[in-house]
Amino acid sequence: MNEGELRGAAAERFWAGDIPREHWLVAQAEPSGWPRSLLLEMCLRIVFPTVLITALYLLFAGHYRAGGGFSGGLVAGLAFVLRYVAGGSASVGRLRISPQGLIGGGLSLAVLTALVPVAFGLPVLSSAFWTIAVPGLGEFEVATSLFFDTGVFVLILGVVLNLLHTLGDGVQMGQLENELNDQGAGELRT
Amino acid sequence: MLLAIAGHLVIGLGLPFLARRWGRAALIVGALVPATALVSVLLISSGADPAHPAQETLAWAPLIGLEITLRSDALAVLMTILVCGVGALVLTYHASYVEPDDPDIGRNAALLVIFAGGMLGLVLADDIFSLYLFWEITTVCSFLLVGGDGVTTRSRRSATQALLVTAMGGLVMLLGLILLATAADTFLLSEIVADPPPAGAVVNTAIALVLVGAFTKSAQIPFHFWLPAAMVAPTPVSAYLHAAAMVKAGVYLVARLAPGFSALPAWWIPVLLLGVSTMILGGLRALRQNDLKTLLAFGTVSQLGFLTVLLGSGSRVAALAGVTLVLAHGLFKSTLFLTVGVIDKRTGTRDVRELSGLGRRWPVLAGAATLATASMAGIGPLLGFVGKEAAFEAFTEGGLRQRLVLLGLLIGSMLTVAYSLRFLIGAFGSRPGKSVEDVAAPGGGLLVPVLIPAVAGLVLGFLPQWVEPLAGDYAQAYPAGEVPYHLALWHGWTVPLLLSGLVVAAGVVLYRSSRIIGMFTGRWPSALRAEPGYRSVVAGLDRLSRTVTGRLQVGSLPVYIGVIIATMVLVPAAGLLAGVSQPWSFRLTDVWLQLPLAVLVLAAAGGVVLAHRRLTAILLTGVIGYGIGALFIVEGGVDLALAQFLVESLTLVVFVFVLRRFSPAFRQGPARPRRIRWSQLGLASAGGIFVAVLALVMSSARTQMPQASQEYIERAEPEAGASNVVNAIIVDFRAFDTLGEITVLVVAAIGAASLILAAHRERRRPSPAGNSDGAGNTRSTDAFDGEEVLL
Repeated sequence: MNEGELRGAAAERFWAGDIPREHWLVAQAEPSGWPRSLLLEMCLRIVFPTVLITALYLLFAGHYRAGGGFSGGLVAGLAFVLRYVAGGSASVGRLRISPQGLIGGGLSLAVLTALVPVAFGLPVLSSAFWTIAVPGLGEFEVATSLFFDTGVFVLILGVVLNLLHTLGDGVQMGQLENELNDQGAGELRT
Repeated sequence: MLLAIAGHLVIGLGLPFLARRWGRAALIVGALVPATALVSVLLISSGADPAHPAQETLAWAPLIGLEITLRSDALAVLMTILVCGVGALVLTYHASYVEPDDPDIGRNAALLVIFAGGMLGLVLADDIFSLYLFWEITTVCSFLLVGGDGVTTRSRRSATQALLVTAMGGLVMLLGLILLATAADTFLLSEIVADPPPAGAVVNTAIALVLVGAFTKSAQIPFHFWLPAAMVAPTPVSAYLHAAAMVKAGVYLVARLAPGFSALPAWWIPVLLLGVSTMILGGLRALRQNDLKTLLAFGTVSQLGFLTVLLGSGSRVAALAGVTLVLAHGLFKSTLFLTVGVIDKRTGTRDVRELSGLGRRWPVLAGAATLATASMAGIGPLLGFVGKEAAFEAFTEGGLRQRLVLLGLLIGSMLTVAYSLRFLIGAFGSRPGKSVEDVAAPGGGLLVPVLIPAVAGLVLGFLPQWVEPLAGDYAQAYPAGEVPYHLALWHGWTVPLLLSGLVVAAGVVLYRSSRIIGMFTGRWPSALRAEPGYRSVVAGLDRLSRTVTGRLQVGSLPVYIGVIIATMVLVPAAGLLAGVSQPWSFRLTDVWLQLPLAVLVLAAAGGVVLAHRRLTAILLTGVIGYGIGALFIVEGGVDLALAQFLVESLTLVVFVFVLRRFSPAFRQGPARPRRIRWSQLGLASAGGIFVAVLALVMSSARTQMPQASQEYIERAEPEAGASNVVNAIIVDFRAFDTLGEITVLVVAAIGAASLILAAHRERRRPSPAGNSDGAGNTRSTDAFDGEEVLL
């Protein structure tokens, strides 16, 4: 076995862990018959994580620069909107995220954050912040209001997904049903 | 005491789960709860000094002065004995009464225990808000218990009737209590009564309102009709709610407030007049009933009238008599109702014309019922007799008012004797030619709860000094007479004893001739009947709401928007513009970039108006939104601009989703009539101009940064650790607002989703198509509302 083969096998083993578990594109055709753009879909697969990271950045940066949970949540939601526009409902539905769960979770997180200070004898919604020094990275400031903001973030994301689900899928389904109903009525009449 | 009430509510909620596993034993567990509460309240109050009864306070919103205050004075302890004692008995009885496979065991057990907790809270509460809260808990429990599983129309109607009448009364009472508390400047009933506010229009109104509440709950004329109708409930429920406990709430309230207000005409005229007439009317109606349970129900109405008179009349002896009779009534009425339950369960009928020969077959039950009936009729040596003696004594002296009341009470008592006889002979007597087939004797589980209150009435009749401490303690609120009166079986040859004998004799005669009376009393003019009145009031409300809804909800989106804009322009405009004092300071621009952006926005706005295709209009709206976002950036509001851009993008996408269901152009048919178009134009222009002017005026009125903003900026860094002030405000300083806003957002999202998805479900059913377009339009607007909330 020469050196080249060895390296090849090693490389194969190394890259084997990186094979995506899902297909890059949805093979399923859109029920609505929307035209699909391959270019848009491919670009989106690349851009999607970046947009989500941007959303997270906005969430964390909100305390110091422009941003915050509301903006971050909207950006994250818009990432899914893009996916929907490019790949249709199948590409969003494949993610198996429950909008209702996100909405409820976000609201619960915000309410819990509001109530935690009561356990320490402080008024509802009091906040605190600590400065933590991480070796090598410098000083960080951690504020409890970040949890509240995260709740807002998750909730807004859930609301946008819910909107996609109801207005996007729901309206589409409605259209399909209407067409089916019309056909059914027509058959009955003839 | 707080613990006892909370225990009822918590254990009550757990009982359905217990009932699923243990069946009827859950009712026994439920019975332990009021029994424990009774013991604990007795222990708490027995150690306390009568002048300073035990008191507990839980301040749950101290900032606005809201607290739950409980106070166990003599009256409260007496009512607790009644509520918890009878509650424990009834729950035990219920365990033997109910069929083992009844699916409603858990539900009824939970409701009964929660009801007991509510009633306990009601009698212990000292502040008006807790009182009202517990008052309504009992109302709701009563509704659910009367309604049962809601299968029959009759039970639904009776439950709704009971709920409407008593909940309406409760609301009216709350209003009265608040007026009273404001006039007295305290929320505590004990302080209001100890130092009543001076008489005046406010206090008179308050008294009238509170009395309405008390009269609805205690089924006084003209609200008496709900009580007999509520008898569709299972007999143990009737025995507890509609005989011993809930209907006493009104009487209790009268007793609670009487020491402070009994001298006012606004108090004593309705109390005495309606109390006496209720007593007589209830007795007359009871004499005509064939159903044993309905007979008892009208008897209860009559007795409640009696109690209202005694406790509301405001003299020491009357109060003593009233409290004694409250206890006596709880004891004998629960015995009688439970007896009816046994008869009904074993023979399958409650009709006096069907029953025969039960007295010989079930001597123990008949004995208990006889004791209870004798107590009800006021025959010695039972507790009812002791109370009635005191009642007659209270009204033998005094002026014309007392004489008239005494006359009314005598007539009422005669009727009581007569219907007591009708009950006893009807239930246990023998009729020639009739005989109920051989029926199984009731077991100990049914008999013991019947016997305990009956025997208690007998024992307390011999030992009235056991009742005296509590009753006397309450009666001390009134000035003592020249000769102190004490409860006793034997006072010597007195006028009340003579009257008692007269009453019994006349009652027997009345019973003999009840057929003749029945011929007269069956003919009430319909205007005087309460139930048709109730029905016409409900029907009128129904009609009114239909008319109002029909006028307001026309189903046209343009009309809704038009009304909203017109209201917005007309209502606040005058006020806002009148408040402006400074001259308008007007600058053209701050930065030159504003000018081209403004031109862009204006051009896009003009374009939207002229656009023919929907998509064009929406894209142009987007341009307006992005332009405004750009203006924010120019002004330095980066956060605002970010949010504006994001929401604008999302809105655009959502619009496009919705647009798929619409025709591409705005209007395809013939143009609207000119009149409508001009009025729409006028309305839209007025709205737009109003907003523009407002923006100008408001922004020029603010010459420098408000103080709040400065504080926010100064405190953001040290207190919230944030260099972004906007974010510090949103998540820290005004986080409560944010919490409210996101909650609204959640509700809006759920609402929009359910509307859209529900529409599909509707469409799945075969339905006439055609109106889906307009409805779709409204729905999508709702969805956008949610998005704009945070801005």
